[in-house]
Amino acid sequence: MTQPAETLAKQLALVIDLNVCVGCHACVTSCKQWNTSGSAGPLADLNAYGAEPSGTFFNRVQTWEAGAYPAAETIHFPKSCLHCEDPPCVPVCPTGASYKRKEDGIVLVDYDRCIGCKYCAWACPYGARELDEARQVMTKCTLCVDRIYDEKLAPEDRKPACVKACPTNARLFGDVKDPESEVSKAIRERGGYALMPEWETRPANQYLPRLVRQAQEF
Amino acid sequence: MRPAFSVILFTVLAGMGQGLFLMLVRADALGADPHELAVGGFASVALLGAGLACSFFHLGHPMRAWRAIAMWRTSWLSREVIVLPLTIAVVALWSLEHLLGKPHTAALAAAGVVLCLALWWCTGMIYACLRFLREWAHPLTLLNFALLGWMSGATLFAAYWSVLHGAAAARLWVVAAMVLTCAGAAARLASLARNRALRPKSTPQSAIGVAAARVRQISQGTTGGSFNTREFFHGRSAAFVANVKSIALVLAFALPLVLLAAAWVWPVPGLLPAAAAAQFVGLIAERWLFFAQANHPQNIYYQAVA
Repeated sequence: MTQPAETLAKQLALVIDLNVCVGCHACVTSCKQWNTSGSAGPLADLNAYGAEPSGTFFNRVQTWEAGAYPAAETIHFPKSCLHCEDPPCVPVCPTGASYKRKEDGIVLVDYDRCIGCKYCAWACPYGARELDEARQVMTKCTLCVDRIYDEKLAPEDRKPACVKACPTNARLFGDVKDPESEVSKAIRERGGYALMPEWETRPANQYLPRLVRQAQEF
Repeated sequence: MRPAFSVILFTVLAGMGQGLFLMLVRADALGADPHELAVGGFASVALLGAGLACSFFHLGHPMRAWRAIAMWRTSWLSREVIVLPLTIAVVALWSLEHLLGKPHTAALAAAGVVLCLALWWCTGMIYACLRFLREWAHPLTLLNFALLGWMSGATLFAAYWSVLHGAAAARLWVVAAMVLTCAGAAARLASLARNRALRPKSTPQSAIGVAAARVRQISQGTTGGSFNTREFFHGRSAAFVANVKSIALVLAFALPLVLLAAAWVWPVPGLLPAAAAAQFVGLIAERWLFFAQANHPQNIYYQAVA
């Protein structure tokens, strides 16, 4: 059924530093603004001013607690598509609307071919895909594919909107197959890890673990 | 997972149609009247067709459904989309052939049987191939789609035969339906027992990659709901799920078995149609439970609102 995934020469990805994410949601709103206005949008907001608002987002920042008081830690945890190297969402798509780009490893949806069957979302263990309720097509993080190659933008702006928005530089962007890239070095030197490794999806996005400092005795 | 009624109805209706066709082919081999077989064959086409119609309601863009045949090399859903219309076409041709009294070709019957089995295989694999939905990722999923469909088709055929020829003449088919219902019950109980024993592989620790003994979510990142909070949760209480399970076990297996046994002992009209109707309702509940019991690992990321 699923062939072993091809190893691509280039794989763009995000590396997220859990040490410095402060949970401000700037990446969430910046992502929403860029993508609702760009080629991936519009991203629906249903009942936006009502009691039960529901919208399409490619990126969410969650908050978690690890350990127990007084040694409890609060962890702000940004979550978006991990652009897996062996993406389980791609082979299940009956129309070929879901695909992984050979040139840079970005997992994308062709909205014109999507029939809205939701099977790819079932096949993603991370819940990274969201059906847009207004357009009835599957949507997900594009790594701002309509931005990172735009030569009309200044070179320093050719990064995903979330990366540009982060005030603490918690989001690094680059090619994880290039050993000299900022992201590869960060993964190598700071113990980058994948989410839910038990499913062997080989996520391209990785997370940098928190360095826990013991409380100082005074 | 959230049970989708379009998919529940599709799998129950189509499964019954496939099971009915297998029984018709067997009856044909035993020398049944071609016109009676043709009527049964068209009933099978109607069930499969109704199932196909229901499946469209699951799609966000039904008009694009034709595109779903494209990825048959990798997608079981794509394979199902190819096999289902082929099955309908072959069963319809088989029925037409019997209606017109043309010489029956064994090849057409064989093709129909193979397609019915292939359709169960595709439907089962759609669920069984999702490795992290562990309640589904098991050969029992395939076995259950096939056995439960065949069982319901066999009971329906016994009911049809009793309407045509009286309950006494349907005894052979009553026995077949009882054997299949027992087999279906055994396979479904085995999958229920397996589900009960499953322990989740994914944990809050593996979900965010923090090794602490205690990891809990404080906020899922939104105050309102999202696709993730709707699609992957059944949203019902444990008591509701337990009730559906009881209804499924009674109506799909226990009551039909009692009615079938009663019809074998006392050939009273109405018992077998009642058994078929009970089994249909019971399988709706069974399929609801099949979806509701599947725990998606993404749910770990959607536990708390703050």
